[in-house]
Amino acid sequence: MKYKVNLGVLLLVSVLLNISGCAQLPVEPWVKPYERQNLADPIMRVNRHPIANMHIAHVYEARESSRGSEGAGGGGCGCN
Amino acid sequence: MVVINQATVNVKWALLVSLLAFLFINTYAQAAVLEADRADVLYHSYDGGGMNIDGPAVLLRKKATESVALSAYYYVDTISSASVDVLSTASPYSEKRQEAQIGIEYLHEKTIMALSVRQSDEDDYLAKSLNFDISHDTYGDLTNLSLGFAFSDNKIMRNGDDLFQEQSQQYRIRAGISQILTKNLVINLNIEGVADEGYLNNPYRTVRYLDASTQSGVGYQSEVYPNTRNSFSTKLSASYYLPYRAAVFLHYRYFTDSWQIDASDFELSYRHPIAKSLELEFKARYYQQTQASFYSDLFPHQDAQNFMARDKELSDFNDITLGLGITYLIPKKYSISDWRSEVSLQWDHITFNYNNFRDPTAGGGVGEEPLYGFSADVFRAFFSLYF
Repeated sequence: MKYKVNLGVLLLVSVLLNISGCAQLPVEPWVKPYERQNLADPIMRVNRHPIANMHIAHVYEARESSRGSEGAGGGGCGCN
Repeated sequence: MVVINQATVNVKWALLVSLLAFLFINTYAQAAVLEADRADVLYHSYDGGGMNIDGPAVLLRKKATESVALSAYYYVDTISSASVDVLSTASPYSEKRQEAQIGIEYLHEKTIMALSVRQSDEDDYLAKSLNFDISHDTYGDLTNLSLGFAFSDNKIMRNGDDLFQEQSQQYRIRAGISQILTKNLVINLNIEGVADEGYLNNPYRTVRYLDASTQSGVGYQSEVYPNTRNSFSTKLSASYYLPYRAAVFLHYRYFTDSWQIDASDFELSYRHPIAKSLELEFKARYYQQTQASFYSDLFPHQDAQNFMARDKELSDFNDITLGLGITYLIPKKYSISDWRSEVSLQWDHITFNYNNFRDPTAGGGVGEEPLYGFSADVFRAFFSLYF
């Protein structure tokens, strides 16, 4: 039952996200493109080292029950 | 089974609605771009709790055109295991796991679609999976919306038993939003639902129970897991640029599943450049989980429950990670064809503390053994080339 509710929430959020994209509200971007040089700096990239992040996610998924929302990991693991 | 069918229907419906919605999204004139071409070669090592795992990995990304990129990933685990639950009921073993993945990305204006297939192969486990993600920049590129779906088909075997063969399937659906809030702050919210069905046990692992008929006072029988598992996770992340050119990252994730496991993890990391050629990274992470409803370290008698587990990963525990990383940006004059390249070393030290998993090899009387705990060192050394 818990999972059904969660999937319902997931579905609702995904639909709302998409519908909000469709609506194209006239929101003025409050951070202009020329003001984003800090955000574009390589040191701000969460996925700066993708191959290392894939390994970290795999290690945690093999040793912990938690999974998901990481974008990597999974698969057969040698978990004993 | 009913839950899985409902989950499958919802997954299909969500995908259909989402894809239709994306088709109608209007876009601004400025186009997004695919990520830069790169090649990474990595050596990884995990050493802790009687397990040693190491091996190489390679990741390659190359744009075929301005709107199409191809990627390939190959990863090897060479495993040598004498972990505590292996030592208490079986013999140390070694095995090898190979994983291969190929993918294609397609960029259309501000929408990126990515499709990949993946296979993970061990002597006793074969996993094949298909993954699809779509993301879209909107609101003047302040917002990025993403959706994804994955399906995995797994074949489980047991070494030394040619007649044993089981299967399981896994479905994943995820959504995310990334939002630029200020000139220095980006936040992300990701959610993911995972549904498993089929044989979810480890075919080798046993549970232990009190047995007065044996000299040791303990008997062993195979674990029995439910045939379904459904989980949901939510992750909130923030990335902040500090005024002296450094970055701080925060992650919080909450997880819950149909086996009554609740978990949360919190991570703080800090990246700091030194001069033009070095970057340091420091990381601290805390994780804790409750135990599965059918877990017990010691059952009162044989066949005590319909479902039984003694997997320490399903027990009540926490772990703490402290990590350190260093990246050296190789000057262009020393690099291949003037391409930008880097070399990195990363080390994580993880300490696991189990609150309801005892070490049967330590003695002290059945059910009175000391609680188990161990620490692991995880190393990664890798070379990255941007071309």
